Amino acid sequence: MKEVVRVAAGQGFWGDDLDAPRRQVEGGPIDYLMLDYLAEVTMSILQKQKERDPSLGYARDFVGAVESVLPAVLDRGVKVIANAGGVNPPACAAAVKAAADGRGGKGKLRIGVVTGDDLLSRLDTLMAQGHPLSNMETGEPLSGVRDRVLSANAYIGSEPIVEALEGGANIVITGRSTDTALTMGPLRHEFGWGAKGWDHLAAGIVAGHIIECGAQCSGGNCLYDWRSIPDLANVGYPLVEARADGSFVVTKHPKTGGRVSVQTVTEQLVYEMGDPHAYITPDVIADFTTIRLAPDGENRVRVSGIKGKPPTDKLKVSVAYRAGFKAVGTLVYAWPDALEKAQLADRILHERLDRLGLKFEHILSEFVGASATHGTLAGDQRNAPEVQLRFGVRGQDRAAVERFTREIAPLVLNGPPSVTGFAGGRPKVEEIVAYWPALIDKAVVKTRVDIIQ
Amino acid sequence: MRVRLLDIAHARSGDKGDTANVGVIALQPRWYEVLDQFVTRKRVADHFRGMIEGDVERYELPNLNALNFLLHGALDGGGTLSLKTDAQGKVFSTALLRMVIDVPDAEAKRLGLPAAG
Repeated sequence: MKEVVRVAAGQGFWGDDLDAPRRQVEGGPIDYLMLDYLAEVTMSILQKQKERDPSLGYARDFVGAVESVLPAVLDRGVKVIANAGGVNPPACAAAVKAAADGRGGKGKLRIGVVTGDDLLSRLDTLMAQGHPLSNMETGEPLSGVRDRVLSANAYIGSEPIVEALEGGANIVITGRSTDTALTMGPLRHEFGWGAKGWDHLAAGIVAGHIIECGAQCSGGNCLYDWRSIPDLANVGYPLVEARADGSFVVTKHPKTGGRVSVQTVTEQLVYEMGDPHAYITPDVIADFTTIRLAPDGENRVRVSGIKGKPPTDKLKVSVAYRAGFKAVGTLVYAWPDALEKAQLADRILHERLDRLGLKFEHILSEFVGASATHGTLAGDQRNAPEVQLRFGVRGQDRAAVERFTREIAPLVLNGPPSVTGFAGGRPKVEEIVAYWPALIDKAVVKTRVDIIQ
Repeated sequence: MRVRLLDIAHARSGDKGDTANVGVIALQPRWYEVLDQFVTRKRVADHFRGMIEGDVERYELPNLNALNFLLHGALDGGGTLSLKTDAQGKVFSTALLRMVIDVPDAEAKRLGLPAAG
């Protein structure tokens, strides 16, 4: 058994720095490269792509990422774990294989493909069998929006990733794995952590949570002493040096920017946190109140003491459904009385929409530069040098939203003075794909691992 | 003594559906007790009155010198439904750090707290 296993994060979401995976394999020794591509809404975007072309539906950036790290995979044995498969892991694997074959990888890659998380084709059967897939926030059953569902995927845990690694895979491609499972899988594989070693599994989850957002734990978006964080243009993405006892060190490669400190790691630990006593995953429930952090040298933080307990018998399901249309228009008003002018423009717009008889489910006006993010807490902003009116509408009727987008520009000549910032043209109408979180019995979700060569 | 949270804590916030979470972390470990004692659930609910529609929950993480607040109904529906600039609750963090608390002078002196400007 290796004493220390190094798992490096190279992608925190789909759209992250394209060059980060290469920097992570070239900047220092690592054993695994973990790439997280999936946010809540990503699955539905990928589903739309798959509907147009059945050979798509995965994060295409991943193919380039594999190309950029292929020498490390082939020559140094670095293994890559990614949830880039989206709603079509087999197609993702085929594309990766084709790209690698053309670059000297022919016959040398074993790609583990994890499927079984995709519930879309099973939805009606599942609902008929008594799984209501009720919205975890509102309690409404899924039947109310069934005809508008675009994608439905269960969040699956680390088990199939471990299985793929045990089958000799050097690249593992999953669909809707939890972000944390991508880090946990390799640690379980290397250290032989059992399915009931709750404290070990909880440590794997915490390690995964810390690095799953890429550089957000290594100096990016860090409020603590932010002016002093060096060289963010060359920010070092994080890696964990894990040990079999469940302790690990968070660090980054030498000669990179950013910072790893108790403060940067703590900020990431509390990010998107609910009840810290129960961070629920398919593998284990981790207790974040047991985490101990300690400095361990420059850009090194030691993490230990983590406790876990058995998971529930449910899996979370991420359903995406069509939820209408929206558009947001903006205009900028300048001093003097910038806020007052923007407020008058807002009243005029409301009246125009009324006169046109346009009905929306929701209208929101914000005054950027005065109160958009901090509301009344920001205090008196009547003397602001400029204020942007940001006016949004949402509804089921596309034509009404479309009509609204034509009401912004006329205000430039018809409304309050000192207005600018409209060069971008009419606002764009966007179809809303909304997220429906639900739970389902674990027993009905069966994952499958295929190894292709 | 009046103390501004920005001067004694840092924070990060994020979203889960229509709920924003704000993790507030003491700048010095010994200041955690001030957060714990004065930044109560009710105090935070009052701070955000008019900005959020639902309840506030508070959790303690003494191991990280941090408190975690859940602000329900904070994100105009949340996710892609929200029309807000801050649809993902990313800057509720610094909005909370605007809070000014009253700490008894003796305690403020003992802990070396900076006074609000």
